[in-house]
Amino acid sequence: MGRYVVRRLLQMVPVFFGATLLIFLMVNVMGDPIAGLCGDRACDTATAAQLRREFGLDKPLWRQYATYLGNVFTGDFGTAFNGRPVLELMASAFPVTLRLTVVAILFEIVVGITLGVVTGLRRGRPVDTSVLVLTLVVIAVPTFVTGLLLQLLLGVRWGWIRPSVSPDATLGELIVPGLVLASVSLAYVTRLTRTSLVENRRSDYIRTAVAKGLPRRRIVVRHLLRNSLIPVVTFIGTDIGALMGGAIVTERIFNIHGVGYQLYQGILRQNTQTVVGFVTVLVLVFLAANLLVDLLYAVLDPRIRHA
Amino acid sequence: MPERRPDESGQTVAPTGTGGAMDLATSEARSLERTPDGPGGTGPAAPRLSAPGGRPRSLWSDAWRDLRRNPVFLVSALVICFLVVIAIRPSLIAPGNPLACDLARAQDGPAPGHPFGFDGQGCDVYTRTVHGARASVTVGVCATFGVALLGSVLGGLAGFFGGIGDAVLSRITDVFFAVPVVLGGLVLLSVITSDTVWPVVGFIVLLGWPQVFRVARGSVISVAQHDYVQAARALGASPARVLLRHIAPNAVAPVIVVATIALGTYIALEATLSYLGVGLKPPSVSWGVDISAASPYVRNAPHALLWPAGALALTVLAFIMLGDAVRDALDPRLR
Amino acid sequence: MRGVARARWAAGAAVVLLALAACGGGASDRGGRVLTSSWGDPQNPLEPSNTNEVQGGKVLDMIFRGLKRYDPKTGKAENMLAERIETTDSRHFTITVKSGWTFSNGEPVTARSFVDAWNYGASLRNNQKNAHFFSYIEGYDKVHPETGPQTADTLSGLKVTGPRTFTVTLRQKFSTFPDTLGYVAFAPLPRAFFTNRSAWLDKPVGNGPYVVESYTKGAQMTLRKWDAYPGPDKARNDGVTLIVYTDSNTAYTDVLAGNLDLVDDIPAGQLKNVRTDLDGRYINTPAGILQTLVFPHYDPQWRTSGARKVRIGLSMAINREQITRTIFRGTRTPATDWTSPVLGTDGGYKPGLCGSACRYDPAAARRLIQEGGGLPGGQVRITYNADTGSHKQWVDAVCHSINNALGNDKACVGEPVGTFADFRNRIGRHRMTGPFRAGWQMDYPLIQNFLQPLYYTNASSNDGKWSNKTFDRLVDQANAESDTARAIRLFQQAEEVVRDDMAAIPLWYQNGSAGYSARLHDVTLNPFSVPVYDRIRVG
Repeated sequence: MGRYVVRRLLQMVPVFFGATLLIFLMVNVMGDPIAGLCGDRACDTATAAQLRREFGLDKPLWRQYATYLGNVFTGDFGTAFNGRPVLELMASAFPVTLRLTVVAILFEIVVGITLGVVTGLRRGRPVDTSVLVLTLVVIAVPTFVTGLLLQLLLGVRWGWIRPSVSPDATLGELIVPGLVLASVSLAYVTRLTRTSLVENRRSDYIRTAVAKGLPRRRIVVRHLLRNSLIPVVTFIGTDIGALMGGAIVTERIFNIHGVGYQLYQGILRQNTQTVVGFVTVLVLVFLAANLLVDLLYAVLDPRIRHA
Repeated sequence: MPERRPDESGQTVAPTGTGGAMDLATSEARSLERTPDGPGGTGPAAPRLSAPGGRPRSLWSDAWRDLRRNPVFLVSALVICFLVVIAIRPSLIAPGNPLACDLARAQDGPAPGHPFGFDGQGCDVYTRTVHGARASVTVGVCATFGVALLGSVLGGLAGFFGGIGDAVLSRITDVFFAVPVVLGGLVLLSVITSDTVWPVVGFIVLLGWPQVFRVARGSVISVAQHDYVQAARALGASPARVLLRHIAPNAVAPVIVVATIALGTYIALEATLSYLGVGLKPPSVSWGVDISAASPYVRNAPHALLWPAGALALTVLAFIMLGDAVRDALDPRLR
Repeated sequence: MRGVARARWAAGAAVVLLALAACGGGASDRGGRVLTSSWGDPQNPLEPSNTNEVQGGKVLDMIFRGLKRYDPKTGKAENMLAERIETTDSRHFTITVKSGWTFSNGEPVTARSFVDAWNYGASLRNNQKNAHFFSYIEGYDKVHPETGPQTADTLSGLKVTGPRTFTVTLRQKFSTFPDTLGYVAFAPLPRAFFTNRSAWLDKPVGNGPYVVESYTKGAQMTLRKWDAYPGPDKARNDGVTLIVYTDSNTAYTDVLAGNLDLVDDIPAGQLKNVRTDLDGRYINTPAGILQTLVFPHYDPQWRTSGARKVRIGLSMAINREQITRTIFRGTRTPATDWTSPVLGTDGGYKPGLCGSACRYDPAAARRLIQEGGGLPGGQVRITYNADTGSHKQWVDAVCHSINNALGNDKACVGEPVGTFADFRNRIGRHRMTGPFRAGWQMDYPLIQNFLQPLYYTNASSNDGKWSNKTFDRLVDQANAESDTARAIRLFQQAEEVVRDDMAAIPLWYQNGSAGYSARLHDVTLNPFSVPVYDRIRVG
């Protein structure tokens, strides 16, 4: 096990270089970012050239990448176009997004798995159908609309929440945004749990457990659910990235200045240093999440061994 | 966990039905006997030793036999056929021109000849919803198919064989996960000038397969531990046979679930790409584009959002039902 | 396993409790007569000569006062810090600064405060995006050469002649130059800026009615009334808290919910409801912004003898009335000239100057386009950037209007470009093949600002590369003319040249719009669509 983890950690090195290089190239392919900095008019040529020099954009690409990597290893992630260090942007964006992601994942785990179990055990019953309808609504109605309607209803009509999240973004404020963010993933988790449960319900070990006269609750949680969780855990692992880097719409609706927003702005303004910096951190998060998922396999099913 | 596979003999008469209506604690023990038909229940339980013709039936032909009698399958197949037909010939039921718009009627409700009302640009919502099926269904179905195929094949192999191949593929998916969709779209799709939906489909497949890869891989790793797999291996079955005959049918369910839901999100993703100018070339008509255009005006003209979103929901529903039916048909324990 | 499950439920319960706790303290504490207002993250460091967009300009307008100030209502340039600006030849100016003005840190505002700031703004090495505003001043080509290193650090046209006087020498005659000095780039800077720039940027110090109390970049800025402010326009409230919103929709819902006092950008989707939502606390006033469709005059297809007729035909195929009413809900006004109503008729705005060419007339449009040889390539693609400003809606509407007029549902389509930078790049590299959107927000309320930068040969914002000798000559004459009324007439003649060639299709004048809470009174927007914060009363 220990060796497995070490090997996986070592694999992070090539992934780090591969991902940074890929993103670096992609942002560069988008073209010259300087033209977008002067508003609805052309930058004068001298200032544009000077800005290009300052951001190192006048150098060949491989030099830019080498310089960037060198700086990263000394802890300097560069500067965004509005003059703020990328490190500062990351320090303000990641904690908020992390909290939001935690709330969303809690929803996925608690609500998603619960609904999955309930619908799996009550297949075809009204509760199953209702959840299916909800699933369809969540898939078909854009997050923007769900968020807007929730804000108007909970925030304005009933006054239960603040429509926007304050700069502190406490966990409590992130409940509704977390739910909105988790909504589509909830659909996945619910249906995955339900399907897995239906599959495993007729397994022999469940029959044995039932025959032994174990309490129903114990059968469901201990035997049925545990054996049904592998696809669910896998999905949640892949979802962490989507939640952290792709919460653009949710963050916008609730005015959360998180990773999704900074990354989106960085992409639209073609700021290599912001984008590569944020994506690098995200890659590390994916690697950690996927390692965790692989280790969880062995916990959920002791027959799975990592050598 | 001895599993009865169709090609391994089982002596019992398997119960039919999907069994959804059963209460677990009381009925599981009875499941060796006949159970009442579930909502998806089909005809008589057949002896499973051999087909009427005498030749041992394969899992897949068994599944097909089950499917044909499953009303859930029939309904979903009917809906999908309908969607395909209007995708090919939208003018069959909507002879109007989806690009003909009169701003004077913007956001108006239903009127004679315009059952769904008008959108924010004064276009007929009914005509646009019907004509939008072509792009949306093509993108949704083809991208989902591509993602599911690529993801499950690679994921299955990686999960089954493990080792260096698994490590390399898994780390590649990690890099792919890291590419933000907006960035990928702006970079990859902006260089392609094509009037078809295929660049969009290709792009979604490229960025979508890692998720299915992970799910399929996890599922295969899990199923590979089961006793019947170990037994098949011990009996000297080739890896290909073990993977295809024993693991794949049991590992496919999560992939189906992820794929059917992803279908809906891909249809919406097309709209995001089109919005950025890298999706379908304007003037494009698709559900995604209409949904995103109607979203800001949901307070004033909810009907402009409702119909294309409803069409999208119907499509997803049809495929979820289809997926459910296929999964049930592949599960011999339900027979 | 059961333990794990229980821990999860406990976590869930904790989250719910936190939610309830959060509900208790709904509204934030707002001490005294302080108002909260929506803001956007400035795109550049908050230096006066580096701020070229409204959000940064909003703050600078609160913490700086320049030599001139544009009257928030009429837009007329009036002396603020300037005691006198004298000239005999429209080229050499002597400026006297009023006494008694200080920065909020106590440092007196002197002639040097201005000259140092302007030299800083013009100098190439400081990368200031508004540097071109100093290009009229002599010596600009030395401190900011087009190519190569700069050979001087200071503008030779600027000379401090006394503690409160300095002289400005321009490169050419420019009679309305004093009226441009209300622009934020011409603000004075304290010594503290030059000695420790980064500290200054963290908490800017100026000479306006407000002082920055705290600034959390990317989130919010707290401004307090400066009690010792020497100017006549003292703040009538105790302060303003600017809160960064990434989406105006959220700011709008926050105003509805009572968490925010002022939103100065009403989202398009809410315009239909705003009057009932806010019970009339909604203002919609003209701003110095004109939206146009610019043609790529460098493209041979648009230089043919018939192209002029095609351009006029396209202009006549656009139903401006209907689009401004339906899509913009009256927050735009159909344009009938190439300036803006905020100039006033005295300032050069001339409604109807465009004449029939801006009137919707599908039959005439069809005829003109036919006579002109039809649309180049059979189709026009209106290019716009997709990432800001929701341009898709009106571009689609314009296209539907053109298509309906021409009876061809593919005559016009929108062509979105993903990013603003890419959009600007295509313009800069002359890659456009059809009309593209252009929004012009005036820098100062002068007719010159609506014409010269946009249509003068090779001017800084002449994106279509339109060039006309008559136009250039008329502008030169107007700039040299010291009599304002005569200068304006010359500019209007130049504008007629633009009209006759339909260099760009004027679409609509943009308004500023804002909604506010019941606590606020006297909310107005200035001609730059920025709220006049110092006049707002709270409670």
